[in-house]
Amino acid sequence: MFTVYDNDEMADQPWLMRTYSGHSTATKSNELYRTNLAKGQTGLSIAFDLPTQTGYDPDHPLARGVTAKDVVLAIIGRIGTAGGTGCAIEFAGSTIRSFSMEGRMTVCNMAIEAGARAGMVAVDEVTIEYLKGRKFAPKGAEWDHAVAYWRTLKTDPGAKFDREVTLDAREIKPHVTWGTSPEMVVSVDDTVPDPDKEKDSLRREGMERALQYMGLKPRTPITDIRIDKVFIGSCTNSRIEDLRAAASVVKGRRVASNVKLALVVPGSGLVKEQAEREGLDRVFRDAGFEWREPGCSMCLGMNPDRLSAGERCASTSNRNFEGRQGPGGRTHLVSPVMAAAAAIAGHFVDIRRWS
Amino acid sequence: MEKFTVLNGVVVPLDRANVDTDQIIPKQYLASIKRTGFAQGLFAEWRKDPQFVLNQSRYKGGTILLGRKNFGCGSSREHAPWALMEYGFHCMIAPSFADIFFTNSFKNGFLPVVLTESEVDRLFHECNAFPGFRLVVDLESQTVASTNQSFSMRFEIDPFRKYCLLNGLDEIGLTLRHAQKISEFEARRKAQHPWYF
Repeated sequence: MFTVYDNDEMADQPWLMRTYSGHSTATKSNELYRTNLAKGQTGLSIAFDLPTQTGYDPDHPLARGVTAKDVVLAIIGRIGTAGGTGCAIEFAGSTIRSFSMEGRMTVCNMAIEAGARAGMVAVDEVTIEYLKGRKFAPKGAEWDHAVAYWRTLKTDPGAKFDREVTLDAREIKPHVTWGTSPEMVVSVDDTVPDPDKEKDSLRREGMERALQYMGLKPRTPITDIRIDKVFIGSCTNSRIEDLRAAASVVKGRRVASNVKLALVVPGSGLVKEQAEREGLDRVFRDAGFEWREPGCSMCLGMNPDRLSAGERCASTSNRNFEGRQGPGGRTHLVSPVMAAAAAIAGHFVDIRRWS
Repeated sequence: MEKFTVLNGVVVPLDRANVDTDQIIPKQYLASIKRTGFAQGLFAEWRKDPQFVLNQSRYKGGTILLGRKNFGCGSSREHAPWALMEYGFHCMIAPSFADIFFTNSFKNGFLPVVLTESEVDRLFHECNAFPGFRLVVDLESQTVASTNQSFSMRFEIDPFRKYCLLNGLDEIGLTLRHAQKISEFEARRKAQHPWYF
């Protein structure tokens, strides 16, 4: 949002913005980006096109094991944490379209981890349905006006993007980060990469340092990595859909004995109430999880919810930097179902094989 | 905001790519609501290592930080440039910066300079070869040069940002000069999109 506009109508707004990565999830900030694009701002977008995932069941999008989180981790793995620098990323394609608003928010939230200022998905029926009847949504005639306006907030046909990247969703598997940057990510059926195979010396040193920090050896199967703590929460993955999906994995089971702490932190008071109405809190508690008040919690460890040095965590948050969840703590970013399964098994497992 | 014109300072080489803001200033140092008191948190984890560059006497008093690509990625905390400045840095040279950090730097009078990978490589070599290695960063002429002028590298900068830094102009003051236009815009917007208000 750093362009100085020659258009009077927009001239005052962008100058005042202090960019804050958490805003990527905020409706209003996304609205502003869309407005600017609608007013003719060009050259700030990257498009992603994701063809349909075979066998994808839109009625139970999280039950199949590959989630919005895996899609965005795959994108970051492809383009890197600087891949979207200077851009807003528009996510498009049939797979993105098939995601609920919750899934789209997960993807857009992590646009920041791809270096972008914001992520967006064009308005469609899913968006309109999601907003309808919400507490702060316009009512009556204002609603109709708003909907008519929102429907205009789409990329023009034939629009030119700075860069377009297309991924085949059928090839995206559940993802797990192995290092200290969100781009250091592999599929769950893969192994920890070997720095010796990296030709770029700066990259190799980065990998070596990350592996040392993470206490991992090259070529270790991801599913052999044992964990100490589990965190299901954060602005990336603590919506009701995330909690339902995680609960379906842990129902009737117990957290593994080597897992010292397994936390579920709902994304908001509303999500917490809804989850409790559905009995999800009981499911988690019965399985040995702690059911907490909404907040940032162990995403960044500013309160006592944190990792001790050397502890390894399966986390549904968005950042795995050194010390992020506590000094010396080791973070592996995963989807809610992957975190839930890891809590039960005590190590990472391929959720696609979960029975 | 303080003006930035010419800086002649010792260069501190931080030879790591993708340095994220959780390293620049870990979250446990973010508790203050003031803009001061952050210097002690700068690279706090890494400073525990006696060999870390900031602990080496040859770089004492450094004002120019030299880094690798994508410096400042991750969490958007504005405390990152605050901490660097309070520690004594006024300028940072790297092949690329993370977007939010880059923008926050300008907003606080801290100059991020983008040079090519090979230019940055050369500066790292110079730093390693010559203890007390200094550079002269001249914003007006957009150059980074050795103190004896044996080499000079040109960098690009957005003219508006340059103007603000050279004059120490704060964006809020600049924006308020358009107060009339802003209130007209807001009135118009209120009529067009009443659901926002």
